[in-house]
Amino acid sequence: MNLVIAGLVQRFPVAAAAGRQAGLATVLDHLDLVTGEIGALVLVGPSGGGKSTLLRILAGLDVPTSGRVAFDGVPLPRDEASLRAYRRTVGTVFQAYNLFPHLSALDNLLLPLIHVHGLTRAAALTRVRGPLDRFQLADHAHKRPAELSGGQKQRIAILRALVVQPRRLFLDEPTSALDPEMRGEVLEMIGELRGEGTQFVLVTHEMAFARQVADAVAFVADGRVIAHGPAAAFFDHPAEPRVRAFLERSLAP
Amino acid sequence: MPRWLAHTIVAALFAGAIAAAFWRAGYAWNWSAVWDYRQKFLQGWLVTVALSIAALAASIAVGAAAAALLRSGRPLLEATGRTYVELIRGTPLLVQLLIGFYVVASAVGIENRYVVGVAVLALFSGAYMAEIFRGGLDAIPRAQLDSARAIGLTPWQALRLVVLPQAVRIVLPAVAGQLVSLVKDSSLLSVIAISEFTLAAQEVNAFTYSTLESYLPLAIGYLALTLPLSALARWLERRLRYDAG
Repeated sequence: MNLVIAGLVQRFPVAAAAGRQAGLATVLDHLDLVTGEIGALVLVGPSGGGKSTLLRILAGLDVPTSGRVAFDGVPLPRDEASLRAYRRTVGTVFQAYNLFPHLSALDNLLLPLIHVHGLTRAAALTRVRGPLDRFQLADHAHKRPAELSGGQKQRIAILRALVVQPRRLFLDEPTSALDPEMRGEVLEMIGELRGEGTQFVLVTHEMAFARQVADAVAFVADGRVIAHGPAAAFFDHPAEPRVRAFLERSLAP
Repeated sequence: MPRWLAHTIVAALFAGAIAAAFWRAGYAWNWSAVWDYRQKFLQGWLVTVALSIAALAASIAVGAAAAALLRSGRPLLEATGRTYVELIRGTPLLVQLLIGFYVVASAVGIENRYVVGVAVLALFSGAYMAEIFRGGLDAIPRAQLDSARAIGLTPWQALRLVVLPQAVRIVLPAVAGQLVSLVKDSSLLSVIAISEFTLAAQEVNAFTYSTLESYLPLAIGYLALTLPLSALARWLERRLRYDAG
């Protein structure tokens, strides 16, 4: 993918609270980024810096206040109908899994295939069988989300985004809600997908993992890209003092 | 102890206590006079069943429409829904029935009192349903809608496939309670001379002067409607059970 972002601004209305007037909060402040041709982009940076807001715009879930975003030269639309069509071509994974609790894991996977992509139930079942087996989830397919571990839920959520054969995935801190031992199984799955050429944009606090899978890394803070570049250069020779300080804190044991 | 045994024991204790109270009151029973009017009771009960079923269905539709108004996000529509809900919930059903029948219905030219009765009941119960539905919809986390949008569902699909199945489970106990109330509230339709179950009991009482013998069957007749309704709701609740997660 080749991502170009120019002058991206996102403002949200905020309600009045103690010591604060009602008004607009600027979360993305004229953010620019040109990645060149890459397979995996990782967004890192401090909490509240705008990473997730940026990812929601890239995933077609939110419309920015102003600015332009283009993947491979195709600008993201702004109207809901075109955005919906766009969302059908990509996959999004959330920090809190967001599986549908009233459906079994299997039905969570089948729902988009049947209702969005028009597969028959039989065809959809054929489509999901391989991936379920491959990621050792077949035995859990008939359980409701509440009966699954956090790691299993997130892997099902990744499969739900994946089985529709999207052009790329958007992953918003997919391991932040997980225990350390479950983090491993989810990261391993993402790493495997990366190895097969699945393209994605990932927001994460896992620096070691980011370094391992990223083609390019962008450091997002204060609503801007403070620094970006190839993963090796970004992690080994951070030029920006802020990035260096952030990495030192993140990599400290 | 098995549940059926517990229910049987408690039911027997209650029946015994009530029987003891009647015995201490020294009431002179006269069932034979009332028995002559059994046809009247049965007809009234059947009318109540029919009115209840019609009002149940209509009140769910009215409640859903009003909940949609309340959650529309448009000030004018929200104000309309809010005004309707508060007006209905803040005034007695008796007054609503009288105004509905003598003022509104005659103004718009509806003469069938059964239609008016069902409509007023549905509007009355619909106001409570609206708040129940609104609460159920509000209880669905925003993240679920995000997820629905992310996979490319249309708003209508998201409602049908994601929101409603979860909301139904949440509102079921409250809706069942409201439906039970609705069945009993239908007894007020007697004031606009609809020959339903309660009016039948009132008439039998007037003919026979056997007050308790006229009204006890009434209690049993309503229980025969409301208990199965509650049981159905509990069964549905069990069937739809899942943990949030």
